[in-house]
Amino acid sequence: MDVRALLKDAGLAAFVTFMLALPMIGFQTVDVSGGVGITVVTRFGDVAISVVLVFFGRLALSLLQQSNWRLPLLALSAGIALGLPLLKTQAHYPVITWLTVIASAVIAIRAAWLTFDVSGVVGRDESNRMGDAAAFVGRWFGPVFVVFALIFPFLPTTSRYVLDLGILVLTYVMLGWGLNVVVGLAGLLDLGYVAFYAVGAYSYAIIARDFGLTFWACLPLAGLFAAFFGVILGFPVLRLRGDYLAIVTLGFGEIIRIVLLNWTSFSGGPNGISGVPRPSFLGMPFHPNPPEGTTSFHQFFNIDFSAEHRIVFLYYLILVLALVTNFFTLRIRRLPIGRAWEALREDEIACRALGINPTNTKLTAFAIGAMFAGFAGAFFATRQGFISPESFSFIESAVILAIVVLGGMGSQIGVVLAAILLIGIPEFFRELAQFRMLAFGAAMVGIMIWRPRGLLAHRDPSIRLADSAGAGR
Amino acid sequence: MTRTPLLEVDHLTMRFGGLIAVNDISFTAYDREITAIIGPNGAGKTTVFNCLTGFYNAPVGRLRLTGARGEFLLERMDGFRIAQKAGVARTFQNIRLFPRMTVLENLIVAQHNKLMAASGYTVAGLFGLRSYREAEREAIDLARSWLDRLGLTAQADWEAGNLPYGSQRRLEIARAMCTKPVLLCLDEPAAGLNPRESAELRELLTEIRDRHRIGVLLIEHDMSVVMGISDHIVVLDYGRLIADGTPAEVRSDPAVIRAYLGEEETDQIPPEVARDLRQEGRA
Ligand SMILES: Nc1ncnc2c1ncn2[C@@H]1O[C@H](COP(=O)(O)OP(=O)(O)OP(=O)(O)O)[C@@H](O)[C@H]1O
Ligand SMILES: [Mg+2]
Repeated sequence: MDVRALLKDAGLAAFVTFMLALPMIGFQTVDVSGGVGITVVTRFGDVAISVVLVFFGRLALSLLQQSNWRLPLLALSAGIALGLPLLKTQAHYPVITWLTVIASAVIAIRAAWLTFDVSGVVGRDESNRMGDAAAFVGRWFGPVFVVFALIFPFLPTTSRYVLDLGILVLTYVMLGWGLNVVVGLAGLLDLGYVAFYAVGAYSYAIIARDFGLTFWACLPLAGLFAAFFGVILGFPVLRLRGDYLAIVTLGFGEIIRIVLLNWTSFSGGPNGISGVPRPSFLGMPFHPNPPEGTTSFHQFFNIDFSAEHRIVFLYYLILVLALVTNFFTLRIRRLPIGRAWEALREDEIACRALGINPTNTKLTAFAIGAMFAGFAGAFFATRQGFISPESFSFIESAVILAIVVLGGMGSQIGVVLAAILLIGIPEFFRELAQFRMLAFGAAMVGIMIWRPRGLLAHRDPSIRLADSAGAGR
Repeated sequence: MTRTPLLEVDHLTMRFGGLIAVNDISFTAYDREITAIIGPNGAGKTTVFNCLTGFYNAPVGRLRLTGARGEFLLERMDGFRIAQKAGVARTFQNIRLFPRMTVLENLIVAQHNKLMAASGYTVAGLFGLRSYREAEREAIDLARSWLDRLGLTAQADWEAGNLPYGSQRRLEIARAMCTKPVLLCLDEPAAGLNPRESAELRELLTEIRDRHRIGVLLIEHDMSVVMGISDHIVVLDYGRLIADGTPAEVRSDPAVIRAYLGEEETDQIPPEVARDLRQEGRA
């Protein structure tokens, strides 16, 4: 082991940290009390701590390559990750404490991974091993997730806030699953997916407001409109590939948003549409004093009115919508059209030589992906009760795409994990205040380094000879 | 045996800017025969295939296919329809499998159009109707018969990209055959194969001709394959057709020898020597 090389490497990492941290952490602008201006506060102590942390973190990561260092480092980093929160230092140094905890946790996980890694001995390559792990996660965690999601609203730890967060995460899970059809299966890079989400939301809001249809009647219509827009967009652009397709879909997403922003008579412009009808349970509204002639939910079940009923109902609504999306996708993957999508992702020219119509195949992927976004949009509108173009900006498309890519293209469970990671976790780290996004970015970089093909990059064959031989009744 | 014309190529011409890649070529390929297209590198062989299978639109020429599925003018059809309707299947000079799909899936995707109709354009398939399940089982059976034939049954659930090179070449042929074509176009199927594999390939191709009773168009540089199994050979050089006849005729054609060995060589060189010279030059 070359001690000097290790120290030099860690020192370099610390130096880079110093250069980055000095402007970003070292100086903070603060409002002068009385609001007459701002002054700069220096925080060189925090800079120093960051540099020291990075130095030791980098050193630890390098030492992990030596097997006799793994166990001590595992113990040390796990100790720091678990012990630091007990010291109550976060009252004084919340950011530093949290970053230290996260960094030690990462090192501990890495150390554990290397320590207990038996399959490495057999000499199989890393990607294969990860594929097996992903297959295992996919097989066993799916049902566990579903059961957990079903009982989630009734867990004692689930507050109203947490339940709202659950609804948000599930909305993104559904959007991720929908986009997965387009990006993960058909391999069409769509940067304007949020446009279909917007079409669904506005169709629901406008149809429900102007025609008085119920949520359940509007839901299919919203999906239909979104799918229709998918086809309209798809026709001209689907002959483009890769980057070009991405740019054109990005443009389409922005066009939809700008039209909604400016067509005031139709969409309410920047003011959006408020008073979007709330959903009802089999025609029974969630309302303390239902209008004449209707029975509200709590009256029917003879329970006290609680505002939480509606939240729980919304939670189950999005859960069902998301699961339907999932089952539909899993099923269609095993049908000729689903296989053609994947074949198209692999090699379009070979597809044409086999007589597969590339345009129609891509259009169906686009339309089906858009339809699910439309459903999700209708849900979003009924949940918020208010929609405006602001909710459908490009950043939403980027987040949904990030969920799909991070999850491992085409992996359904991966989308769930990525949605929890991207939407749920940032909420939990509110204590990091303005460093939240920095930590988030660091986590992204870490994932891309260690899991470059996504969290669960594993593809289950849509058909196996072994199974079909057994099933050959 | 009477020969029935399967594909008639008439005055086919294809230009890329100033380059005339295929220059006024006419020949006929017959049903249940192996027609080889040979010629030095850059002679325009692959370009002929690309015109034939709709990847390029030739500005001049007619491509008439008269097969079991009827008569088609290929130059007027879209790429995918040529495979779907007229029944022309092809392989590629650089293998184009679906590498991250399994071997079996590759063969099932090839039967897309039949399965798509059986799945009621997805609707019936979603509900798992019996008619669709039966069609899928038939598709698997067809795939399995090819896997058995190629000795790939044990690797059926592997990712196609993980197969050894020679197996990938054969799988691509099987995939093309799973579309149930009337004309199979193979672009250098023996490239990169060792002598044993190329002997197996010869056997496979004669079997396709004699048992599946379809026409085969074969682009190949490996003369042991070409001379061994072709019924009929077409020779191209710089986009022009320079010879058209049986292997024996082509082998002794002075124009062919000149094309392969260069202008200054005389035509007294016996074909066997010419062949050896050429192979040495490639090794
Ligand atoms: N898409 C294209 N654009 C421009 N030129 C092309 C194109 N395709 C082929 N060519 C040119 O046309 C000529 C014939 O090419 P082709 O690929 O048909 O040769 P080939 O006979 O298949 O050769 P090889 O034995 O090397 O495969 C070459 O000069 C090639 O550079
Ligand atoms: Mg070629």
